[in-house]
Amino acid sequence: MSELLEVKHLTKRFGDSSVLEDINITVKKGEVVVILGPSGCGKSTLLRCINALEDIQGGEILIDGENIVRSPKTSDIMSKVGMVFQSYDLFPHLNVIDNITLAPRKVQKRPKAEAEEEARELLKRVGLSGREKSLPRELSGGQKQRVAIVRALIMHPELLLFDEVTAALDPEMVREVLEVILDLAKQGRTMMIVTHEMQFAKAIADRVIMIDSGTIVEEAPPEQFFTAPASERAKQFLSTFTYENVR
Amino acid sequence: MDIQVLQEYLPLFGNAALLTLGLGLAGIALSIVTGLICSLVQYYKVPVARQIVRIYIELSRNTPLLIQLFFIYYGLPKIGIKTDPAVCGIAGLAFLGGSYMAEAFRSGLDAVEKIHVESAKSLGMNKLQTFIYVVLPQAVRTSIPPFTANVIFLLKETSVFSAVSLMDLMFTAKDLIGLYYNTTESLFLLVIFYLIILLPVSLLGTYFEHRFSNSGKGQVSKKTQSAVKKNRRNTEKEVAPNVGN
Amino acid sequence: MWGIEVIFKGKNFLRLLGGLGTALEISATAVLISIPLGIILGVLMAGKNPVIKAILRVYLDFIRIMPQLVLLFLVFFGTTKAWGWDLSGEVSSVIVFSMWGAAEMSDLVRGSLAAIPKHQYESAQSLGFTPIQTKMYIIIPQTIRRLIPLSINLITRMIKTTSLVLMIGVVEVLKVSQQIIEANRMTAPDAAFGVYLFVFVLYFIACFIPSIFARKLEKKWS
Repeated sequence: MSELLEVKHLTKRFGDSSVLEDINITVKKGEVVVILGPSGCGKSTLLRCINALEDIQGGEILIDGENIVRSPKTSDIMSKVGMVFQSYDLFPHLNVIDNITLAPRKVQKRPKAEAEEEARELLKRVGLSGREKSLPRELSGGQKQRVAIVRALIMHPELLLFDEVTAALDPEMVREVLEVILDLAKQGRTMMIVTHEMQFAKAIADRVIMIDSGTIVEEAPPEQFFTAPASERAKQFLSTFTYENVR
Repeated sequence: MDIQVLQEYLPLFGNAALLTLGLGLAGIALSIVTGLICSLVQYYKVPVARQIVRIYIELSRNTPLLIQLFFIYYGLPKIGIKTDPAVCGIAGLAFLGGSYMAEAFRSGLDAVEKIHVESAKSLGMNKLQTFIYVVLPQAVRTSIPPFTANVIFLLKETSVFSAVSLMDLMFTAKDLIGLYYNTTESLFLLVIFYLIILLPVSLLGTYFEHRFSNSGKGQVSKKTQSAVKKNRRNTEKEVAPNVGN
Repeated sequence: MWGIEVIFKGKNFLRLLGGLGTALEISATAVLISIPLGIILGVLMAGKNPVIKAILRVYLDFIRIMPQLVLLFLVFFGTTKAWGWDLSGEVSSVIVFSMWGAAEMSDLVRGSLAAIPKHQYESAQSLGFTPIQTKMYIIIPQTIRRLIPLSINLITRMIKTTSLVLMIGVVEVLKVSQQIIEANRMTAPDAAFGVYLFVFVLYFIACFIPSIFARKLEKKWS
């Protein structure tokens, strides 16, 4: 029983249009699962469902065996899940250290000194020592995104969700963020990552899940997925990332 | 309420409303001209004229119309500039409205991204062509919501015209209350006539606000959005503009 | 020349300032009432109850579409007729400007709340904040930054609007001016120019200072 996350027969609709249809996924402790798929296929929605940001129309989502929807303690269960968004949503009115420590102080009621201590350590790990007092608008996109990762980490989540965290970044900043995530993988964190960075996906994934039009079309280890995908849809998708030599 | 009194007063208020509307529209037309000139002066950074426009805008925006009218109507004749009440009302409204219109137009011009102007230039358009085909169409779009808000604001401001003895709606109401004590009927007609004048413009404003905020979704650049936000602030917001969606 | 000397004759200067003071006092009182009231109304408008929203909407739209002078007439003359109240001009103006200010303020609050990106709520939620905590620590601090410059602008507008109280017989700066010009009709027939120019400048100063202040804050916090 080392399944941290179980998604069973998940269905999500917006009005009449179905976004996710009968999704089944399990994630074990320490596993890194990368979710791929074309834009609008429902992969971000899936993460949002797991983080209880969307209500679901069918199926269930279990974290450590507890249903996140029907539980009266949803917020307790949710503290086991941390999420980093595409648009690095730091709170614009707070400096870096306050952005990071607000939730541990107010939600987990941890003492300020202890929270700040940990925040400093984490900032050091992501290479942002000395930026404690900066305001979000004084940071580059890559720096903001690293702060957002620290903000999620300090809550000690068991499962981390990354929703296209490099999609809004300039190319030269992508690497500094992805390296932080690779480092987390080395520490044995459990993560679900939605991304368009194929090289990164190949390097970090224990398992790749491809979603198209709201359903899982392929689930495979990265070596297999990237070299010999089983489904026609996956082949097609992967081919959009390579270019034929015309000379 | 006395129906007979209402019937008796109706034509009086009708005439007054026509006066209010006539003077208001004339003042607004002049405001538009003034505003256009000022906004172009600022957009093209015309030296000297630009500083004068800046001072005018500050003076106009930071003083009440009533005070402006008193100065024009009672003050200026003493140095030989005599105006009759109607001219004074129109001039006052244009002095006030010019700056509001200028800010509305300027925010529209500012919202046009520099890259569009540069693309036009690199395509070989001259300054005038760039302005007519690239800048203007985009600027108009951003300016329409604050523009309608200004129209409503200025129509409302005409209510102080009675201070320079123009027989507008307020004057008529006050007169009838003072003379015959038919307060209820006078106030009722006053409100109704202002609603008749203002409600259609206000609804039109709400319509524009919706149209431009909906159709623009996803395409409107950040710069446009912040400019739109800014000019909302610059407009004396008198209608509920339904920003919220 | 042009009657400017009249301003400095006797107590005229102080009388004019006192007149402006009356208008500013009315503005200040109305602002003090309308800001908290407007915040409450704005939060209600941003809420979910459709009945409350519909009622508020009609009320607020009526107040905001009517010229403030019409509202002054309604309260000043209307209450006497309807209920026999004999409200003074000052009290009527405070009532009207508080109601008007609250309506404007509520719209600013509603707009500021709507302007907070949805993602801010979601980030907070995913960090485990309760809805009340989210409001307290994340939404309200951000709204206040937006609101302070807007509120100062509202104060400027309030000061400009209070010039209207002349029309319901409150003795304020224009009324004092009229009295001074009248009293000096023989010795300084051109006083109207100087005195009204002076009043113009007074109002300009009273409004320009807060405008500048609001602009500075807006730049600093944007």
